[in-house]
Amino acid sequence: MAIANGGQIDHTTAKNRVVYSSFNLWSGFLFGIGLVAFIDEAVFHQLLHWHHFYDKSTTDIGLVSDGLFHAFSWFATVASLFMYANLRRRKGLWPKRWLGGAFLGAGAFQLYDGLIHHKLMKLHQIRYDVDILIYDLIWNITAVILIAIGVFLLLRTRKTSKKIKAER
Amino acid sequence: MHHSEHAEKMAIEPLYAVVLLTGWILYLAAVFVSSKKHRPWPVYRSFLWSAGILCIMLALIGPLANLAHSNFIAHMAGHLLLGMLAPLLLVLAAPITLLLRTLSVPSARRLARLLKSRILFYLTHPITAAVLNIGGLWVLYTTDLYVYMHQNQLIATVVHLHIFLAGYLFTAALIYLDPMPHPFSFVYRSVVWILALAGHGILSKYIYANPPNGVSRAEAEAGGMLMYYGGDAIELLIIVILCAQWYKVTRPRIVA
Repeated sequence: MAIANGGQIDHTTAKNRVVYSSFNLWSGFLFGIGLVAFIDEAVFHQLLHWHHFYDKSTTDIGLVSDGLFHAFSWFATVASLFMYANLRRRKGLWPKRWLGGAFLGAGAFQLYDGLIHHKLMKLHQIRYDVDILIYDLIWNITAVILIAIGVFLLLRTRKTSKKIKAER
Repeated sequence: MHHSEHAEKMAIEPLYAVVLLTGWILYLAAVFVSSKKHRPWPVYRSFLWSAGILCIMLALIGPLANLAHSNFIAHMAGHLLLGMLAPLLLVLAAPITLLLRTLSVPSARRLARLLKSRILFYLTHPITAAVLNIGGLWVLYTTDLYVYMHQNQLIATVVHLHIFLAGYLFTAALIYLDPMPHPFSFVYRSVVWILALAGHGILSKYIYANPPNGVSRAEAEAGGMLMYYGGDAIELLIIVILCAQWYKVTRPRIVA
């Protein structure tokens, strides 16, 4: 399937999308992680004050993993946007695949936060002094839905990319 | 005892001022000579150099430096200026490139040979620079060194010198503006950078929860937060510069 471009068939873009297929996925994935980490810090830490970056001063591993994740997400946000600009410049941007990567990254980060940080390491909970079950369920089910959307989009673009390869 | 301490402190501030002003004037003189010999040196770089020198001055001389002796928040503000912002500004002013342009050809060759030396390769290795920089901070805030530096002017001076030099070395090892004889890939530098960034963030939270000796809990919490969020802001600048350099290098070129 080639991409229509003002009545003409633009074979360059169709080919470039396949060439930069994994680049699209990674740029989106990194952006998804950065976006969710940003929303978590801005909304839950700073606006709602539901939980903070440091709720339990004893869990050393939790501290280290949090620090690594913050550093990674900070870097990922900027790097992913430069990668996005690079894809556009090279006429290789594939919005559907990029979005699939973003959903996958966002969901994966939220599920990691919800399961590893909140439950396994007990670094912090989403909220205190309330019945936490409903919060945990919403948090993690949202994460699974995000992952599912991401996987769905990625599988669809993979099909398209196979078709383009077969056509050539 | 208290009196002599004060006298020592008074003696060191003019020394800092003389060294910094010399550094400032030397750069401007080099700009003048080099712009006459070659094409003009960009004006914004002289501004960056001046701003960097000013940041060091704010951290070492005057009201903030005085307050830093008794107040941990002021100390941390000085640390951000001396160890992060000043090094970034000075690296962006590309002093080695300017020096190579200004020197006579034989001297420039000797300097280039020095830059290519084994010892400088190990010193400017991203991992060495990161360990010197972040490791030094861990030693400062988790041992009694922080207490000693407020009792002894010599220790204070060595700590300040280390914070600045390690900060400069680390920034220069990450974003290449001056010639780098043994460059490392963007991915390599990014990975080291993320680990170092994490080390900085973890330390600031550690300080928040475990005040260094001689620091009250309230001051440690405020200082830790300043280190965390102030660090984030300057780190974001460096990430943007690093990525912009990658973006420039990876541009598509037309094959003739």
